[in-house]
Amino acid sequence: MGYNVNAQHKLVIDQVGKVFTTKSGEVVALDRTSFSVNEGEFVTILGPSGCGKSTILRVVAGLEEPTTGQVFMDGKKVIGPGPDRGMVFQSYSLYPWLTVEENIVFGLKLKGISKKERKDIAKHYLQLIGLEGFDKHYPIQLSGGMKQRVAIARALANDPEILLMDEPFGALDAQTRAIMQEILLKVWEESKKTILFITHDVEESIFLGDSVYVMTARPGRLKQNIKVPLPRPRDYQVKSSKEFLTLKSELLELIREESLKAVTS
Amino acid sequence: MWKNIFTPKKDISKTLYWGAGFTTFLIFLGTWCLLSYGGFVNPLFLPTPDKVVVTAIELFKSGEIFGDIGISFSRVFFGFMLAAIIGVPLGILMGTLRFMEGAFEPIIGFIRYMPASAFIPLFILWIGLGETEKMAVIFFGTFFQLTLMVMDVTKNVQNELIEISYTLGAKKFQLFKSVILPASLPGIVDTLRITFGWAWTYLVVAELVGASSGLGFMIMQASRFLQPEKIIVGIMIIGILGLITDLIFKVIYRKSFGWMRKDGV
Repeated sequence: MGYNVNAQHKLVIDQVGKVFTTKSGEVVALDRTSFSVNEGEFVTILGPSGCGKSTILRVVAGLEEPTTGQVFMDGKKVIGPGPDRGMVFQSYSLYPWLTVEENIVFGLKLKGISKKERKDIAKHYLQLIGLEGFDKHYPIQLSGGMKQRVAIARALANDPEILLMDEPFGALDAQTRAIMQEILLKVWEESKKTILFITHDVEESIFLGDSVYVMTARPGRLKQNIKVPLPRPRDYQVKSSKEFLTLKSELLELIREESLKAVTS
Repeated sequence: MWKNIFTPKKDISKTLYWGAGFTTFLIFLGTWCLLSYGGFVNPLFLPTPDKVVVTAIELFKSGEIFGDIGISFSRVFFGFMLAAIIGVPLGILMGTLRFMEGAFEPIIGFIRYMPASAFIPLFILWIGLGETEKMAVIFFGTFFQLTLMVMDVTKNVQNELIEISYTLGAKKFQLFKSVILPASLPGIVDTLRITFGWAWTYLVVAELVGASSGLGFMIMQASRFLQPEKIIVGIMIIGILGLITDLIFKVIYRKSFGWMRKDGV
């Protein structure tokens, strides 16, 4: 209980742990984990596969109940999913029967926001993600990168307090992924949203984050919190700067130990 | 042209594809001609093709066949409609609410293996020989399968689609209306198409016993009066009617679910 819930923290994760019961016994997916995210901060969580990093996100989203601990969003305890915490999955999860525009305003329609206002908001986000002219397209007609941009726009259009992203670019090829990272930074700078971003890609975690949380292999635990001192706004050239590369090798070392454990255990 | 005909899953030319189907038809027709015109089979059992055609023309000219078609069609239509009106919502609920699945799946799974035709004597006892009994047979023959198939379709709605909807603020009712129903609609239409085909087969079963009108009755009468050509005409009409309804469903599917195809129309 080391956290003061009333502080300026946007999101507080307090002693959150998750134990799954399987046929062969109990599996600790996530050890008691505590950290907090400030308003407007871009936090990345870096970990090897199967370290429970997605579990953290799902607990914050309210899609899964923690075995121990609790999550506070703006000082209020999270008890289930809600529109204040927008989500972006790796698998895009667009509504295939809706057009790009209809996908973006889906949450707004549920809220009962007028058609005209929805149209304006959709227009704004279509422009922000660079998909003007694609408003009447269906998801099947889009590439992976375009689909994920729509998914981001859909989450943002709902105006959440925080954006939760679960390896959103994991299914994209390296080139598209790099471009998507830049688009995301642009969108973040413009919308000033708080973002919690999960990835297993070291470069991605540094390039995007204000601060990187490195996780241990199963059972997942926070191993280290590394601040990223790189100036904003960042563009792709920062990836070849000396500071970036130093940070990258440091993180690679940390994550390598954990990946090895994950592979050999 | 003959390339690839024995290579698994390889495409062949359109001419060859359609030609193969046409040839099969010709062989079938040729065998029929050979057996009937060649005098190998007693015409009392197998009429010649031209006799069947002449009988068909006569039946349509005199107009007596239209009454049978009409009554048969209405039986299939209303019996099936009733099955769909109850089965589709029930199937959706069973596919989404574990409680509904637990309550209905076992009993429906049990009844669906009971032969609908064997219930006819019971139906006659319970509801007599009227139209209701005929529709009851068709209802009984399709309802259980239809419900289970709709349940499966609804179960296959991606879980992430449901989760993302919660994070966009969907309430439980909105989830049914705006996510689960549109997501499973193509599967439901396809299920209706398939089960409507089965309804036609149950029609004949219903009309063979205790009917005084309809195509099945006509076939039964023709058998009594040793008119195999009339039987064949009856069978063909049912086949064509089934084919037409199948096509109608396919057109509906194509027109309604453009979002499933890349060209989007």
